[in-house]
Amino acid sequence: MTQNERILVSIRNVDKVFKRGSEEIHVLGGLDLEIPEGEFLALMGPSGSGKSTLLNLVGGLDRPSQGMVEVGGERIDELSDRRLASWRARHVGLVFQFYNLMPVLTAQKNVELPLLLTHLSRSERKKRATIALDIVGLSHRNDHYPSTLSGGEQQRVGIARAIVTDPTILLCDEPTGDLDRKSGDEVLDLLQALNREQGKTIVMVTHDIHAAARASRTLYLNKGRLSMEPEE
Amino acid sequence: MKYLYLVWSNLKRKKMRSILTILSIMVAFMLFGYLGAIRQGFSQGIDVAGVDRLIVRHKVSIIQLLPEAYESRIEQIDGVIDASHQTWFGGIYQKPSNFFAQMPVKPREYLDMFPEFLLSEEERQAWFNTRSGAVAGRGIADRFDWKVGDRIPINATIWTRKGGERTWEFDLVGIYDGAEKGTDTSQFLFRYDFFDESRQFAQGQVGWYSVRISDPDRSAETAALIDAEFANSPYETKAEPEGAFLQGFANQIGDIGFIMMSIVAAVFFTILLVAGNTMAYAVRERTNELAVLKAIGFTDQAVLGLVLGESLALTGLGGAIGLFLAWMLVSTGDPTGGSLPMFFIPVKDLVTGVVLIGLMALVAGILPALQAQRLRIADALRR
Repeated sequence: MTQNERILVSIRNVDKVFKRGSEEIHVLGGLDLEIPEGEFLALMGPSGSGKSTLLNLVGGLDRPSQGMVEVGGERIDELSDRRLASWRARHVGLVFQFYNLMPVLTAQKNVELPLLLTHLSRSERKKRATIALDIVGLSHRNDHYPSTLSGGEQQRVGIARAIVTDPTILLCDEPTGDLDRKSGDEVLDLLQALNREQGKTIVMVTHDIHAAARASRTLYLNKGRLSMEPEE
Repeated sequence: MKYLYLVWSNLKRKKMRSILTILSIMVAFMLFGYLGAIRQGFSQGIDVAGVDRLIVRHKVSIIQLLPEAYESRIEQIDGVIDASHQTWFGGIYQKPSNFFAQMPVKPREYLDMFPEFLLSEEERQAWFNTRSGAVAGRGIADRFDWKVGDRIPINATIWTRKGGERTWEFDLVGIYDGAEKGTDTSQFLFRYDFFDESRQFAQGQVGWYSVRISDPDRSAETAALIDAEFANSPYETKAEPEGAFLQGFANQIGDIGFIMMSIVAAVFFTILLVAGNTMAYAVRERTNELAVLKAIGFTDQAVLGLVLGESLALTGLGGAIGLFLAWMLVSTGDPTGGSLPMFFIPVKDLVTGVVLIGLMALVAGILPALQAQRLRIADALRR
């Protein structure tokens, strides 16, 4: 990290505790993390290490039990539910392992979903969705339903949905976890291009060492703590 | 509006389930509309009964006759403006199933008493000038395709003519329309003087009186005065407001309104469970998708609205089609072939139907909607 890099995400002393009945499960403890703007960060670690929990905290999908989460200079852990939803709509693009597309909507309508929360006209929404699909190389599949698309294509539609609002940060939860190597590589190429060519800040959770190799930095999470090296 | 396609797309998700639910809601609302029309038919114009009119009948029963001479005595009573008598004729036109009311009346008095029966001036004069003249309501005239100038034969079941002949023939001189939608246009009215002169027995006796009063707020008091006038006579009377009289007439068959409403309530309760079940499944099946919507920025309230919107679309479609079909069915005529002359869906029933659609949507959708609203994104995405 150089001195000129602007910190986009700043996490300070974050704990995350889940309650299961009377039992308390400490997933993250005293965690600190800074992510500079424009970074492509990979988060690795064994199952249950808290990778997805950390991603959810950065994306405002969950709140820390303790500590501070600041994104783009805004304390998102202090926002009300309604304002947090609005913040997510403006600043976060999400890519899921299992794509999570609406099966009843065409590719274009899926991509348009986040734009429903804006004041854009119908034609403008359609135009932007088409551009997003064009970026991921699927403009010819506008009217196709998810069930008629391959896994790789569905994930690219998922990425188009994530970038259509031009978010501040792209959060990807095992984006290649459900794909074969070839499709996975295509998705990673796309993420890398978004990072390099459009300067998108990306945080990617992955189990795949090849996927992590595409990132500019890899951090390892184990037992709720971050490190630069995988634990033996 | 921009969320409509989302609601519509979700309804198409399980087409068969949505169609079956819409069909069941449709049947419930069709039944609601149709039974509403039947209830209206049985009420026989209670809703449009004159508030300033009393009915005076024999104290024992409506089939006991009263002297015609009572008319002038009733008109002398304080609070009474006018009185006019009618008598049940009970004849048969062509076949017994062709049921409709036939009554001998005094034309001028009757038309003054019931201004809601609209006749042209020409037809009024024709009736006044024709002893065997009769007028029919538009409903009954259309039913039997009668036209002014037709000769209508009615076979008497009570009132035989002098000499024992049963067939009475009347000249149709007018067809009246109703001033309001609920006005009874199924009556066949002919002249009392012609009837009284020609009948074999009971001359000078009539069925009952309609009495116009000056102050509807004092109707009970005026009715008591009328009954007191004829107390301890061979023909004691019972006077009551027209609406109460008609209600009592309808209740001879049973409390139709209560029976109808009981059936409809049972059907609605069942359909509510069906719709509620559909909505609960629809939400449970796509917990993950709802979590995704929240993740990309939909607020809890927006998700609540989407689920309620879906519930409204489901019940709205079924309800609207059901009410429309009921209206179509009712338009084809009453199922008894004419015994329910005022067979239509009242506007207040249509309004109630629309309110019920909204209520059903709310009740069926509120629990799943609240469940969707409370969904925690991180938990739901893990499922």
